[in-house]
Amino acid sequence: MTPTPVMEAIDETLEPQRGQPPLSVIYEWVTTVDHKKIGLMYIAYALIFLLIGGIEAMLIRIQLWIPNNHFVSPQVFNQLFTMHGTTMVFFVGMPILFGFGNYLVPLMIGARDMAFPRLNAFSFWISAFAGLLLYFSYFGASGLYAAGSAPDVGWFAYAPLTAKVFSPGHSTDYWTLAVFLSGVGSIGTALNIVTTTLCMRCKGMTMNRMPLLVWLYLVMSCLVFVAVSPLTAAQIMLTLDRYVGAHFFDTQAGGSAVLWMHFFWIFGHPEVYVLVLPAFAFVNEIVPVFSRKAIFGYPAMVAASVGIGFISLSVWAHHMFTVGMGAAGNTFFVFATMVISVPTGIKIFNWLATIWGGKVIFAVPMMFCVAFLFQFLIAGLTGIMLSAAPFDWQLSASYFVVAHFHYVLVGSILFAIFAAFYYWYPKVTGRMMSDTLGKWHFWLFLIGFHLTFDFMHVPGMLGMPRRIYTYEAGRGWEMWNLIVGIGAIFQAIGLLCFVYNLFWSYFQGKEAGHDPWDAWTLEWATPSPPPAYNFAIEPTVNSRRPLWDLKHPEDPDSDYEG
Amino acid sequence: MSFFARRPTGSPGNGKLDAVHSFRSIAYGIFFLADEGFAQSPTNIFDPAATPAHSAFGLSMLVLSITLVIFLIVAGLLLYALIRYRQRTTDSDREPAQIYGSNQIELSWTVIPILIVVMLFLTTTRVILGTQAIPKPDSAMDVTVIGHQYWWEYRYPKLGIVTANELHIPISNPTKPTPTYLTMSSADVSHSFWVPRLAGKTDLIPNRINTMWIDPQQPGLYLGQCAQYCGIQHAKMLLRVYAQSPEDFASWVNQQKKPALQNFIGNAAAMEGQTVFMHNACINCHTVSGTAATGRFGPDLTHLASRDTIASGPILNTPENLRKWIDDPNSMKPGSLMPAMHLNDHDLNVITAYLTQLH
Repeated sequence: MTPTPVMEAIDETLEPQRGQPPLSVIYEWVTTVDHKKIGLMYIAYALIFLLIGGIEAMLIRIQLWIPNNHFVSPQVFNQLFTMHGTTMVFFVGMPILFGFGNYLVPLMIGARDMAFPRLNAFSFWISAFAGLLLYFSYFGASGLYAAGSAPDVGWFAYAPLTAKVFSPGHSTDYWTLAVFLSGVGSIGTALNIVTTTLCMRCKGMTMNRMPLLVWLYLVMSCLVFVAVSPLTAAQIMLTLDRYVGAHFFDTQAGGSAVLWMHFFWIFGHPEVYVLVLPAFAFVNEIVPVFSRKAIFGYPAMVAASVGIGFISLSVWAHHMFTVGMGAAGNTFFVFATMVISVPTGIKIFNWLATIWGGKVIFAVPMMFCVAFLFQFLIAGLTGIMLSAAPFDWQLSASYFVVAHFHYVLVGSILFAIFAAFYYWYPKVTGRMMSDTLGKWHFWLFLIGFHLTFDFMHVPGMLGMPRRIYTYEAGRGWEMWNLIVGIGAIFQAIGLLCFVYNLFWSYFQGKEAGHDPWDAWTLEWATPSPPPAYNFAIEPTVNSRRPLWDLKHPEDPDSDYEG
Repeated sequence: MSFFARRPTGSPGNGKLDAVHSFRSIAYGIFFLADEGFAQSPTNIFDPAATPAHSAFGLSMLVLSITLVIFLIVAGLLLYALIRYRQRTTDSDREPAQIYGSNQIELSWTVIPILIVVMLFLTTTRVILGTQAIPKPDSAMDVTVIGHQYWWEYRYPKLGIVTANELHIPISNPTKPTPTYLTMSSADVSHSFWVPRLAGKTDLIPNRINTMWIDPQQPGLYLGQCAQYCGIQHAKMLLRVYAQSPEDFASWVNQQKKPALQNFIGNAAAMEGQTVFMHNACINCHTVSGTAATGRFGPDLTHLASRDTIASGPILNTPENLRKWIDDPNSMKPGSLMPAMHLNDHDLNVITAYLTQLH
């Protein structure tokens, strides 16, 4: 078999023409079942929520700027951190990663669309509706009788604080239904990705030749099945508790508060990996291209990803070391949690080995990936600290934990997402993102990130619990909270540079051509932006890097892959 | 104790070493700030004062050193690779040699982490068992802790004492240990008991009994606060643990065992305040032992005047604060479940006069 040459787009008239002129654009997007358009809508919707969640974070930091501050009331503060957490996990993290997956997976396996295009559109729209439902609580949560009120039970909504007696009105119901619906959307998209990956690969692309990104999305989607289902079930149980007198979590009628914690964290911990595996996916694609080397140890990377997927299902109760599980339970979850550092370590070492001996090009996507590598290393090491249960008894539910998981969610996942934006933007729009603005974004965000989240570990070690709307003076927390707040300002400015760059480059960016990074996977073998049908002719591949084979016919990868 | 033991020392710079010196003084400056920050905190987990906090501290030092070494090695290698293998303008256009993997190398960086994990796991297990699975000595003191939105109830079943928000315990002598065992639950939602210098946290969960123990060896006041989000005033559910010498503790116990004062000879305001208190809804929620007030929804007030603070820690127990609190609790702690009783100025004055007499 010979590798597929890069095809130019077939004549434009093949594009379907429909809709009335004035509304045709909106009509086109609302009714589309094209995986690329749905992916872009996922991303746009997530970016809007990223800005909203970011504003909530800024308000939180202003309130904590000095001790005994009165910038917002306790109730508003509690709503802010609940909405910030829920928004960032369910309406930023999940949709933005599903957006990239939707866009990239079919292109990278040489398919023309997802396996179930209509299910894909349904999943997106139900998720989008869930986000609107959550924020509608600001207007409608108390019904007609009073002004609205957003949920204030925290993003993991521990029972029995969510029971009708402690949480009257409807704000908790908006939270429950929004999370439930977003779960339905997530399961739909996960199903789609799994089916697409298993059934729609182009000629020659065995499982063993799939790009690592596709592998990671496959593992992530399987995790979504196992993790999101219990969460969805728990939301139904909670609603039954609140409205028809079921007593699953109603401690005053013999229900169990700890049962909710188990349901939530059997979702909650795999969810961390649902979010971080796609981040690994981006790094797996970007680091090799900018080191000019093949990924080191592809089979080990696949094995580590699958291993992380399995082990991540058995670590959830490390979120519950303080609930009185007893020595045996604690010991088991200490072990499971520490073991997960082994496959995670393999990944870091393999990225290191990929860089080793290469020619590293520090373009903006690679800069974000380099920051990712260091920050993910630190996030993993603070994770080991938290896995040692007696240390965790001190650190859990403190600002140390908040700093740790922001190191994962921002320092690792968000940095990888930014890298992905700079890397694939030229494919999506046909134009490069501005390098200057990109570097401003990178440095401002990097400085802000470290000011905020490095120093946030300290008040946790000095006894500051999370989720407090204000704190006493004289506990040694003032200076650290001030530095954290200053860092947030840098991050906000960096983020604005990024958003401006997205718009500016769409109109003013340099023309990208079909393969601006001299990359090796199939999405670069079609024009930028790709036509609706993706590939004029179904590609045929012989190795993991079909475009390497094309560019180096004298030394193709297929000679080396077992 | 100071977390960073080494204090900065001045080192005057000269000649070409100036840059090194100024860098060093910046580094010292940061450490100095950090040192001060840690040293002045009364809730520093690295300043343990009881056995559970000590064993967590010991483990944390081990984990911190191992993770620091791992960080230095991996970050060092990464940094080296990024600098050494950066693209240079003098490079040829040829792609670098493509290396697809190496079983031996990959095996080594799988096995070494496994060994570290096993070592860490065994150490951690020893500390878990040493804290959670050791028998309770007969000399132990028992206290029942009940979490409420947003205050703490303490009951001493063997001593017949009930109090709130300020926990008094005896210090424990290593040769003749008298640890305090806390049996914990909650009256409403989940809370968490966290006094960092004494022990890690344990949750108070409704419909469930948890236990923990503490054994401070030095008398003193140990601070902390609720660590599990429990509603609108989670932030002002503070913890105060008074560790006392055996003599001081015994005299505190004797005082607390007495019923509340009822005859305030020569203090007409307090006498009248008692009447007003007993004829208002106060008694539905508060207990004053030996009187008609037997409510259990709010803190026991039998010896209210013996406490340093009100409202679970954030407010000093002065007559002015107490009066303001009774007038409108929500102005001082918004979301507090105690309602404003809409008392007139006279009633406020006499009730305050009464409560300040409950020593």
